[in-house]
Amino acid sequence: MGRGFISRGFRGRRRRAEGDDRVPPGQYLVDGFPVLSAGPTPHTPLAEWTFVIEGEIDEPRTWSWEEFRALPSEEFTRDIHCVTKWSKLGTTWEGVSLDLLLEGVDTAAEYVVAFSDGGYTTNLPLEEATGGKAWIAHTYEGEPLSPEHGGPARLLIPHLYLWKSAKWVRGLRLANQDEPGFWESLGYHNHGDPWREQRYWGD
Amino acid sequence: MDEQRLDGNAAAGVLAEIFTFEITTARAACARCGAAGEVGAQMAYVTEIGTVVRCAACDNALIRVVRQDDGPGRYWLDLKGVEYLQLQQRF
Amino acid sequence: MAEAPRKLAWRIGEVVETSPDTPRTKSLFLDVPGWAGHRAGQHVDVRLTAEDGYQAQRSYSLASAPEDGRVELLVERLEDGEVSPYLTDELRAGDGLELRGPIGGWFAWETREGGPLLLVAGGSGIAPLMAMIRHRQAAGNGTPTRLLFSSRSYEEIIFRQELERLASGDETLQIIHTLTRSRPEGWTGYDRRIDEEMLDEVAFPPGEGPLAFVCGPTPLVETVATALVGLGHQPTRVKTERFGPTGG
Repeated sequence: MGRGFISRGFRGRRRRAEGDDRVPPGQYLVDGFPVLSAGPTPHTPLAEWTFVIEGEIDEPRTWSWEEFRALPSEEFTRDIHCVTKWSKLGTTWEGVSLDLLLEGVDTAAEYVVAFSDGGYTTNLPLEEATGGKAWIAHTYEGEPLSPEHGGPARLLIPHLYLWKSAKWVRGLRLANQDEPGFWESLGYHNHGDPWREQRYWGD
Repeated sequence: MDEQRLDGNAAAGVLAEIFTFEITTARAACARCGAAGEVGAQMAYVTEIGTVVRCAACDNALIRVVRQDDGPGRYWLDLKGVEYLQLQQRF
Repeated sequence: MAEAPRKLAWRIGEVVETSPDTPRTKSLFLDVPGWAGHRAGQHVDVRLTAEDGYQAQRSYSLASAPEDGRVELLVERLEDGEVSPYLTDELRAGDGLELRGPIGGWFAWETREGGPLLLVAGGSGIAPLMAMIRHRQAAGNGTPTRLLFSSRSYEEIIFRQELERLASGDETLQIIHTLTRSRPEGWTGYDRRIDEEMLDEVAFPPGEGPLAFVCGPTPLVETVATALVGLGHQPTRVKTERFGPTGG
């Protein structure tokens, strides 16, 4: 495809990817933390907030906000990558590992659907959400996660494109069959591995 | 105050890539709550990941659009949230 | 019979002139080949492309009247912006600017729609409303019109002199300013953010069925729209254009 019009003297805000090994193909680095939303920012009062694990499980599990915050949290630093091509390296979070939330759960389910306030969903194989790969994060850079970035708690799965890290998450549904979520059902790749540039269907 | 929430008119650009008629003045009926109004009067979330037009009355996703620019490029369009669209032939 | 559908295409406009207005704003005047005209209130999408193919896109309201030959965009320089500093600091006469439009026929006004017309602007939200005021002027139209314009200070009133000139020769056009951060000595006008009490004093009574257009930062737009409906204005006759985080 030929090159189109170039704006004389325009460089844009993003930085060149520094070093090959930490920035996936096609990505660039940003200084800020862009906010991309598909719907209104929810404001569920903490007194009403719950997190549930339901579906293919003997007994659904529920945590209130106090119960959730009483669980052991991990502090972790990860690089995050958005399908819209920006990446941020070394972001620090604090959250509860999904391994802990799923501890002792006996299930034959192979898939999990994360669902959020406002109806957003995203899907992944259960094994992608376990083994130290996923958290329900409540703290970002030492501060309570702000509503615009998914607070009070969001799913965080840094090894996949960030649309899989559902903001305002309220629960996980264990499922026998894969159920493409909000973006996966509309062109975005079902898996979403930034290192294989799995952005859209067929990638 | 939600800074990401814009007026439906803000979706005019990306929708104009797909629809050749003026869509912001098209009348849309929400498939969930039945409220009907001009697309421009609904709420829009317009970002690089995609555009979602939501019912101003119940927040139901009326129109969703994803655009892929790489390669030959593709659009994905979801109109399930809309019961019907009523379009003006002439103004 | 339906009109032949038009595919909206990106065009390269030529910057004919750039003209600073207030310390933070500038008007860009463009000649756009193939421009098919617009309705006052509509906007364009502007796209910047870097050498390596990186692109950034923003929407800007058309400040020019449909009757004007040239397209005018009003740009407010956002301190940490990605696009606006390029448009105000770098872009110069002779440069090309890629844009597409006009788009957004919902937020538009033509003289034949009548009024009265209530226009409420916050800062650079004046742009699409200025197009309406200029259109009204070019058409020699006398629709009763009131502009309530919120600015930070007197020096930061965008299009101040032109608005003064238009209003002084036309008793059907009234302009009410409010200055929210600082006032010149002797200022007797409003000196606070727009609220329901101010709108109650300024707006046409709901019984006159005014058409209202509100444009500016999201908090202002939402306050004004809520207040107007609270005062009894029909929601379908109050049209809003929130600027969102990337300005307008």
